[in-house]
Amino acid sequence: MTDAILSIDSLTIDLPIGADRPHAVEDVSFDLNKGEILCVVGESGSGKSMTANALMGLLPDGVTVGKGRAMFDGKDVLTLPEAQKQAMRGARIGMIFQEPMTALNPLMRIGDQIAEVFAAHNLLSGSERRARALALVKEVGLPDPEKIIRAYPFQLSGGQRQRAMIAMALALEPEILIADEPTTALDVTTQAQILRLILALREKHGMAVMFITHDFGVVAEIADRVIVMRYGQIVEAGIAKQVLESPQHEYTRALLDAIPTGTVPELAPITTAPALEIRHLNKIYRTGGSPFRAAREVRAVNDVSLTIAKGEVVGLVGESGSGKSTLGRAVVRLVTPDSGQVLVGGVDMAALDENELRKQRHRVQMVFQDPYASLNPRHRILRTLSDGPMAKGVSKQQAHKRALDLLEIVGLGADAATRFPHEFSGGQRQRIGIARALAMDPELIIADEAVSALDVSIQAQVLELLADLRRQMGLSILFITHDLRVAAQVCDRIAVMQYGRLVEVGPVRDVFHAPKQAYTRELLAAVPGAGWAMEKEDATA
Amino acid sequence: MTLWKRFATNRGAVIGLIILLCVIAIALLAPVIYPGGPWKMVQRPFLVPFTNGDLPLGTDTLGRDVAAGLVHGARVSLLVGLVSTVMALLIGVPLGALAGFYGGYVDEGAMRFTEFFQTIPNFALAIVLVAILEPTLGSITLAIAIVSWPPVARLVRAEVMSLKRREFVEAAHLAGLSNTRILVSEVLPNAISPIIVMASLMVATAILLESSLSFLGLGDPNIMSWGYMIGAARTVIRSAWWLSFMPGVAILLTVLALNLIGEGLNDAFNPHLKKGRT
Repeated sequence: MTDAILSIDSLTIDLPIGADRPHAVEDVSFDLNKGEILCVVGESGSGKSMTANALMGLLPDGVTVGKGRAMFDGKDVLTLPEAQKQAMRGARIGMIFQEPMTALNPLMRIGDQIAEVFAAHNLLSGSERRARALALVKEVGLPDPEKIIRAYPFQLSGGQRQRAMIAMALALEPEILIADEPTTALDVTTQAQILRLILALREKHGMAVMFITHDFGVVAEIADRVIVMRYGQIVEAGIAKQVLESPQHEYTRALLDAIPTGTVPELAPITTAPALEIRHLNKIYRTGGSPFRAAREVRAVNDVSLTIAKGEVVGLVGESGSGKSTLGRAVVRLVTPDSGQVLVGGVDMAALDENELRKQRHRVQMVFQDPYASLNPRHRILRTLSDGPMAKGVSKQQAHKRALDLLEIVGLGADAATRFPHEFSGGQRQRIGIARALAMDPELIIADEAVSALDVSIQAQVLELLADLRRQMGLSILFITHDLRVAAQVCDRIAVMQYGRLVEVGPVRDVFHAPKQAYTRELLAAVPGAGWAMEKEDATA
Repeated sequence: MTLWKRFATNRGAVIGLIILLCVIAIALLAPVIYPGGPWKMVQRPFLVPFTNGDLPLGTDTLGRDVAAGLVHGARVSLLVGLVSTVMALLIGVPLGALAGFYGGYVDEGAMRFTEFFQTIPNFALAIVLVAILEPTLGSITLAIAIVSWPPVARLVRAEVMSLKRREFVEAAHLAGLSNTRILVSEVLPNAISPIIVMASLMVATAILLESSLSFLGLGDPNIMSWGYMIGAARTVIRSAWWLSFMPGVAILLTVLALNLIGEGLNDAFNPHLKKGRT
């Protein structure tokens, strides 16, 4: 193919002196052809977003293009004067971002924001702009377009905001659309809709799409060609099907292997003694409300009953707003439920008063989502791990000894004890978080999206650690996740939540292969690359 | 990069620090440089600066050495600034921390109390307090502390409110630590950087307040301070402008130095905020 619309030739982007490496992107060359979807895949820090930002002239301060060219329409976009770059942005190259909430102006109506794109390029009259905005809103499939163009961003859901962003990017019919992780912040079902929308728009407008993602599932879903990046270099490039089926580079193979495949593990022998019993739990959030107006009520947890046996791992799956996190937090009593019981080893955690609760806290521990926020930045690891046991009454020597042992067990080594959290990577911090939970010798661990913030290869390692620990120690875990593939990998049973209710509970195999509820089927179908994962599974089976 | 390195990249902050260190050194060495004290009449009045080698900054209306006054005044200004800031922190930090951490009625109570002080103009309240109490160094310091703690309480409250929702604080709850312990050892240490920045700026404000009070004649009559010097010389400003000018420069430099340091500390503690600026 020679109809390249954009061709990047040995692009090198320099990082400021003192950064962890000299170049964000090093000697990268590729072509983007007319009408194709090119996926750029890599883990965080691989330079994939920097490449896109360089094309748009949006590099952060101190980061500069070292050498190389990016030829678009006979001109090098990297060296264009600022005025021409401005004219090109939006008009000929459109971009959509990861976080639709922060990418939209919160104080401007959607219609005005789309119209502003025309205004910025001095096109059309006021009324024509409005008409085009309305047409675009219709085209990206937003419901009730007349209403939407008068709405503010906060009134839209995440998926709707991303559609609005796409409408803005499409306004001037650009030849190239750069999409930087546009679906990462969205739920699976919404993600599937956005991916379908991008495919449909590509068909209609024949634009080229450079789609940046870390998710091979997404690649399998939409890509024509793939580029795999690591440490600023392209390690593999090729037709999507080829790369997915027969990856040449070992890094690509490692990435592909690290993806949770949905392969169902064999069931562990389960005792019948329950580690956790949740009975008819309810939690309602009330917001607003005054003597004159009724408060808005959200039933975050609605009459949920669930039992976890000793040594069992139960996955709690649902989309954002389904109440899964509230349920987890109610079990550890970070949230006090309105009614119902949470029995852990015979103690009703929901009914304890504050003093009693403090003494019983050690029974249930939590591994948090954000490895950067979950460790006190001012405490050394040893203190983080031993404060809890010491509050429980364990002697200092014992607590310290146990902390060192646990650091060995989670694979960090005892010398990590004297260091501060900022000296560790995200994956390592999550290991520390797991060690902290284990230090309390809990009867149950709640893992709330514990691997969601991690890169796939790191994610795989942490999941493996959890599986190991579980085999060694017979842990009972409530594993909260939005990612069905992850759930399938570590869980014995899966509980699916929607609107605060448990809609389906069952062994992983049953839920995956014979889902009873329509909602579960919908969730499964929305997983990106579902068909491809199945093929992969069949091939390995 | 270490904190010091980030601080050192801000040239203004380093200059501020050098000026402040000089002022501190002068204040500490005052009894050595001018053992006779600032009140002694040494020459004829209204000696113009730079005319007499022994009295480089001239003499004031009563023939006292202006340089000696400035050097001894530095002691007062720094002492009042520092002590009143420490006192304001001692009131503001615990109150703000309790309000932010416990919320609810504690928060309501503490914040209404704070607002009570905030609704009265700072300087007016300080004047009233000094007028009621005796005009001694101690009461002036106390008055300044009493008018300057409310912003500290507000800042600490906001910091604590955002920190208490962080996951590491939740983890501490799960570990069964007591509330007091969580507040003191998990939350407050992480709120320390904005408090330090604010404190450095408060010292500057306190120096200005003390000077203003002395200027109005509400200072301690037994202690030489910069504000008193300006106040005493204002009647002769047309014939002997340097008598007001010299202490004015001293106040300007010290306050400027503290503000530069405050800004430097702010940038050093929040390196990510600086990136957007060029």
